Amino acid sequence: MADLRVMVAGVEFQNPLIAASGTFGFGREYSEFYPLSVLGGISCKGITIKERPGNPPPRVTETPGGMLNAVGLQNPGVDHFIEHDLPWLSKQGTKIIANVAGNAPEDYCQTVEKLNDAPVDMIELNISCPNVRQGGVQFGTTCEGVYGITSEVRKHCKKPLMVKLSPNVTDISEMAVAAESAGADAVSLINTLTGMRIDIHTRRPILHNNTGGMSGPALLPIALRMVWQTYQKVKIPIVGLGGISTAEDAVEMLLAGAAALQIGTVLFTDPYAPVKITEGLAQYMDKNGVKSLSELTGGVKPW
Amino acid sequence: MKYDSKTGRLVKAERLTADVYDFILDCPELAAKARPGQFAQIRLPGHTLRRPISICGIDRERGTLRFVFQIRGRGTAELAEFRQGQELEILAPLGNGFPVDPDKRTLLVGGGIGVPPLLGCAAELKENAVAVLGFRSESAVILEQDFKAAGAKTLVATDDGSYGFHGLVTALAEREEFEMMFACGPSPMLKAAAKLAERRNVPCFLSLEERMACGIGACLGCAVRLRYAQTDCKFPFGELDTKKGARTTPKLPDGQKLSNGQFVTKETLPPDGWYYGHVCKDGPVFDSRRVVL
Repeated sequence: MADLRVMVAGVEFQNPLIAASGTFGFGREYSEFYPLSVLGGISCKGITIKERPGNPPPRVTETPGGMLNAVGLQNPGVDHFIEHDLPWLSKQGTKIIANVAGNAPEDYCQTVEKLNDAPVDMIELNISCPNVRQGGVQFGTTCEGVYGITSEVRKHCKKPLMVKLSPNVTDISEMAVAAESAGADAVSLINTLTGMRIDIHTRRPILHNNTGGMSGPALLPIALRMVWQTYQKVKIPIVGLGGISTAEDAVEMLLAGAAALQIGTVLFTDPYAPVKITEGLAQYMDKNGVKSLSELTGGVKPW
Repeated sequence: MKYDSKTGRLVKAERLTADVYDFILDCPELAAKARPGQFAQIRLPGHTLRRPISICGIDRERGTLRFVFQIRGRGTAELAEFRQGQELEILAPLGNGFPVDPDKRTLLVGGGIGVPPLLGCAAELKENAVAVLGFRSESAVILEQDFKAAGAKTLVATDDGSYGFHGLVTALAEREEFEMMFACGPSPMLKAAAKLAERRNVPCFLSLEERMACGIGACLGCAVRLRYAQTDCKFPFGELDTKKGARTTPKLPDGQKLSNGQFVTKETLPPDGWYYGHVCKDGPVFDSRRVVL
C-alpha cells in the first residue's frame, strides 16, 4: 500500500483526509460507521468560549451540486469540549484539530489558551463563518483583520496554528499572506461561499438565517483556483477543501497546491467517502509511481 | 457498527395517489433492526443530500422495508421515477421510533403524508389501535385498507367532506377512548392532538420533520426546540419510553454541565427553558410535552 502520510506544520497525518469542521461533530456519530483512524484527522465542530444555541431552523437546504447551511455555530463551549468530548476523541487514533471561533479577539485568545494543555494537535482559527453576525468573519475579510486576529491569537497559542480563510473576499491569497506574516503555521481554504435560496410560494428565504454557507461539489473549481493562487503567494502549507468528493478531486486539490485535504459535505451523500477516497488515492499513487503525496503538492503544470 | 448504508432492490414501486408513491425495498439486514417511527436517508443519484423518508412498514420475514412518500420537490420527484427491480441505497434505520406498547389502547392520529409512519405502529398494536386519519379529499386518502388489515379501528376524515367524516381528524379523535397517543402530520394538527392528550391526561408522542443533512446528529442541521424536563411533571419525560422507543429528556440543568452532551446550561438557558435538539438523533419521535411546537 502506498505511503499516504503527509506533514502539515510539523504534524504528521497518516493520510491527507481530514474531516471538515461542522460536518463531523466531535466524531462520535461517524465512529458508528468506521473507526475514526481511517481519517488523517478531524477538524472539530467550531468551538467558542461559551456554549452557543445556534440558529432557528431551517438550517440546511440542498442546492444544485451542493447545499447551504446556517447552523450558527451551535456548540457546547470549550470547557465542555475539553471535559466531555476530547478525552474520547483523542483516543481514536487520528489527529485532532480544534476549530476555534469567537466574537471578539479576547474570546479567541481565551479559548486557545484553554486548549494549550489539551490533547489537540492543531488549532484551526475560524475567521470565516458566514452564519452568525459576530462569528469571526468580520476578521476574515480584510488583510488588516486577518493579520490582527492571527497575530493576537499567535501570542496565546502554543499549538500549531492554521487559519481557515473565507472565499467571500476579493483576493484570498492576500488573506493568506496576511495570515502567514502574522505567524500562522498553515492556512486552510476555502470555507463556504455565502448563498441564498427563496421559496417562491411563501416568498421567504428557505433558511431562517436568510443566507447560508454553500458547500459541496459545485465549489470544487472555485476552491482549486483559490488554492492554486494562494500556493503561489505563501510558503506555509495549505490544507485544501471545497467540494472534494472523489479521489480524482483529491488529486486535483493536491496538484493545485494543497499539502493536505479536508472533506465535509460529501459525507452527507456518502458517509463512507473517506474510506473510498483514501483507497482511490493509494491506487493513483501506485499507478503513477508516486512515492509521497508531497510530490503532488503544487504539481500542476500551468499553460 | 451501529450505522450502515446498504443498497436494496425495489420489489414494489407503485403510485397511490396523484403525488404519493408506495415503495417496498428488499433490505433484510436493515429491516431486522427497524422500529415503527424510525426513518431512512435515501440516496438519490446526482443529489448532494439524501432524502429522509419515514418507514411505513417493516416485514422481517420477507426482509423488506416499505416507504410511502409524497413528491415535495425535485428530489422526491426523481425518487418517484424509480421502478420495480431498480436499486436504491439507504441509510437506515435512523432515529428513535414510537414507544409502542401492544397492551395499551393507542390512538394513532395521522394527517396527509403524516399517516405512513403510523402504520408500523398499527401492525404491532393490532386490535389495540384506533387510527384516525385525515386527508384533504377522497382522492388523497391512502393506506385506509392497510390500517384495517392490521386490525385497527380505522376512521377517515376529509377537509371537504368528500369521504368519511367531514372535518378535522382531531374532532374524530375526541370521540375515542385511549391510553396512549401517537401523531404525525401538519403542525396545527399536532398541536390539537397534543392538547387533546393533555386534557385526557394521556401520554402523547409526535413524529416531526425538519430539513436535514447528515441524518445522524453530526451536522446539527435539523434543529427543533426542546424543553427541559420539569421534575414536578406527572409523567416525567421518558418514563414511558421502551428500550428502543423515544428517548429520555435531560432534567433542567442546575448550572452543571449536562452529561448527555446537550448544549445549553442554566446560565444561557432561554427564559422559557428550551434548547435546540435535533430531529434526526433526538427524534423524530418526541414526547409532546418536550417539544415547543
